[in-house]
Amino acid sequence: MLRTIGKRIATAIPSLIGVIVVTFLLTRVLPGDTASFFAGPAATPQAIEEVRKQLGLDRSLPEQFVSYVSHLVRGDLGTSLTTGRPVVTELATRLPASAELTLLGLLIALLIAVPLGIIAAVRQGSWIDHLCRIVATAGVSLPVFFTGLIFVYVFYFILGISPAPLGRLDVFASPPPDITGFYLIDALIARDFETFRAALAQITLPAVTLAVFSLAPIARITRASMLAVLSSEFIRTARASGLKPSTVVMTYAFRNAMLPVITTLGMVFSFLLGANVLVEKVFAWPGIGSYAVEALIASDFAPVQGFVLTMAVLYVLINLGIDLLYGIIDPRVKVEA
Amino acid sequence: MARHLDRRGFLKSTAATALATGVAAPAVWSPAKAQSRQETLLVVSESGPNNIDIHGVGTNVPGYEVSWNCYDRLISHEMKSGPGGVPYYDRDKFKPELADDMNIGDMSVTFRLRKGAKFHDGTPVTAKDVKWSLDRAVTVGGFPTFQMKAGSLEKPEQFVVVDDNTVRVDFLRKDKLTVPDLAVIVPAIYNSELVKKNATPDDPWGLNYTKQNIAGSGAYKVSRWTPGTEVVLDRNDDWASGPLPKIKRVIWRMVPSAGNRRALLERGDADVSYELPNKDFAELKDSGKLSVVSTPFSNGCQYLGMNVTKPPFDNLKVRQAVAYAIPYQKIMDAVLYGLGTPLFGATAPPPAAWPVAHAYNLDLAKARQLLSEAGYPNGFETTLSFDLGFAVVNEPLCVLIQESLAQIGIKTTINKVTGANWRTELNKKVMPLYTNVFSGWLDYPEYFFFWCYHGSNSVFNTMSYQSPQMDALIDGARTAAANGDNAAYEKDVKGFIDLAFTDIPRIPLFQPYSNVAMQKNVSGYQYWFHRRLDYRSFVKG
Repeated sequence: MLRTIGKRIATAIPSLIGVIVVTFLLTRVLPGDTASFFAGPAATPQAIEEVRKQLGLDRSLPEQFVSYVSHLVRGDLGTSLTTGRPVVTELATRLPASAELTLLGLLIALLIAVPLGIIAAVRQGSWIDHLCRIVATAGVSLPVFFTGLIFVYVFYFILGISPAPLGRLDVFASPPPDITGFYLIDALIARDFETFRAALAQITLPAVTLAVFSLAPIARITRASMLAVLSSEFIRTARASGLKPSTVVMTYAFRNAMLPVITTLGMVFSFLLGANVLVEKVFAWPGIGSYAVEALIASDFAPVQGFVLTMAVLYVLINLGIDLLYGIIDPRVKVEA
Repeated sequence: MARHLDRRGFLKSTAATALATGVAAPAVWSPAKAQSRQETLLVVSESGPNNIDIHGVGTNVPGYEVSWNCYDRLISHEMKSGPGGVPYYDRDKFKPELADDMNIGDMSVTFRLRKGAKFHDGTPVTAKDVKWSLDRAVTVGGFPTFQMKAGSLEKPEQFVVVDDNTVRVDFLRKDKLTVPDLAVIVPAIYNSELVKKNATPDDPWGLNYTKQNIAGSGAYKVSRWTPGTEVVLDRNDDWASGPLPKIKRVIWRMVPSAGNRRALLERGDADVSYELPNKDFAELKDSGKLSVVSTPFSNGCQYLGMNVTKPPFDNLKVRQAVAYAIPYQKIMDAVLYGLGTPLFGATAPPPAAWPVAHAYNLDLAKARQLLSEAGYPNGFETTLSFDLGFAVVNEPLCVLIQESLAQIGIKTTINKVTGANWRTELNKKVMPLYTNVFSGWLDYPEYFFFWCYHGSNSVFNTMSYQSPQMDALIDGARTAAANGDNAAYEKDVKGFIDLAFTDIPRIPLFQPYSNVAMQKNVSGYQYWFHRRLDYRSFVKG
């Protein structure tokens, strides 16, 4: 097991190096001049040159790259110009916010999509199958920012049952002591139920928004892979042997249908983590997606590089985790490097 | 509680808690906190500061707001009644801030420091701190140094410590802008000992320290700052430079979605918001539930610029044709929803003030005729560029102009430039046709014209306009202002405005409004040249 993990991580190194080089180069060829942006609206060309020098942007590309890599080795991702803080600190505070939101969204999606997919496959052609299809189609075709805005409009503005979309906590609450960075968990650990309630209230709408969006792939894959398994011979045998229908579906069919679902889940998770920018914007959520986009708009290199690198590392880790899960779910699958 | 909590049990208990707590509390404020709400101002805006020191490298405009409220300057401006009765800073009247006396001589100005003024850490403010701070502003380079230069404040030798409580600023030359330039945001007074303690050989002015720490004596201190999320400011109860502000705490939250900022206001959760689209402000104004204050930008206007160094816009008749083909009124109605001052269709000659209306109007027949006289009877093709950072106004504006120009045969392709790239593009001075806004902190026509029309070709002379006659008029006005020669000053100001309209290298479109929406129980908004909020004057309830 450990050997497998080691091997997998070793194969990820070249891709990480590739990511470092490519993001470095890409951020440099982006249109937009960092120096003139940060020199302010009233800058003379001379002032812009001064800023460029202060930012070290007047040096040659290889020189900049060497200094970037040498800082990187020391765990220093540079400093963001838009927020004025070290990128590492920013990512460390913002990643849990995004991860908490994404995980909760995914959990809600799972709880709805998997049963829906299973029933749709078992009762193929029934109303539940159609419902599954409608939910899936609606979920993908509604853009997240739209669902988000509609939710805010209905639940906050009209009905007033949801708190103001002001990020992770309301204005007067203070965050729980930082242990995992997940407010829900930290509040529980600290036995601070008022904060837990406040954090839960804040996270509900954005998490549901994300769930609506990620329902579709999970429900569809569950249904498709269940259909494939249900028509296979071992299920026919099981049924012929007179096993209870629930045992057939859950124990034999579902377990075998889980592999593609897990794969999809991994993909949906890493996709959501980076792509929930719009949800973050709508709910003023201090996540990494909006951080990276803001940095990109401002030609602020360091956070963009840091973001891409973090995402690459996460991607590698998630894929590793999923591959290991395969082995547990289905011992026939051998994880090879 | 030695019970082992297994996964299933944990899931069950969390689910139960989630159910028990039910749906959320109905509002941001829980009842127990009602008291503190009365003394707290919740401000929402699109973006927040990246640096809370205006001397920093690349400090953004929201950062100016923090600096304004947390640092004192030697002097500030009195208020007067502005357009629509809004309290408006008085360009010509100064009030003491850290200085309690100002004595303007022929070639210098002397300030006596207020007794009892202390920095946030309790050290008294001395003349030495003042000199160090002004030295810093003229030395660090970049924007602060540039702004100081605009008032002929260029060398550390100009700032002289007379005694512990007295500072003299020597003039390099006679310049009417020197004293006003000491009342802008940049010449803030820093706690020199505190900053020096945190300075390094690489960073002799301690910019890295002040980037995230306030070292001032101002009315507010930053007690929490999460970039991109919120800034929390608490009142400095020992503030000596003015009457104690009413608001104890300001919570400034960044809410990127304009729709949500509006919802927060309408639901009564947020107290103040700015940076909303004009349409929202117009609707909020009509609904009457909130107080919406719209004030014209001082010394600023949105314009359509043309690059006069290259054909076809090097031809005066082409520029005039364009000026006659702009749908001015439509822009006022459909883009601004009336929230702007029109700058077109004047019937009388312009007065000696700025911005003022020009005489052009939408007249397509005249435009066509001018265009064929210029040798383009069938028009031409060009690109029309705008800054995506202000797309809410710029995009519909450019579409309207595009449609209208097409009617006289000028085919335009719209070129959207991202915010980060816009300044680079402006600096290159190659865009043939574009729209942009310029507004000057110092509210003097000759200041605006010096940056935008003078042959010294600053960044803001985006048209690359060169005219010796124009330069002579602008220089003349500056000299006349410095010598107090009013007649000559007025003649020159009228002269350069008239020339700008005759030569029309840029077409002023309208004077934009600075819009702020507040709850009815919030009062005390003041319009400042920097167009940000001054928390010190706000009152709630």
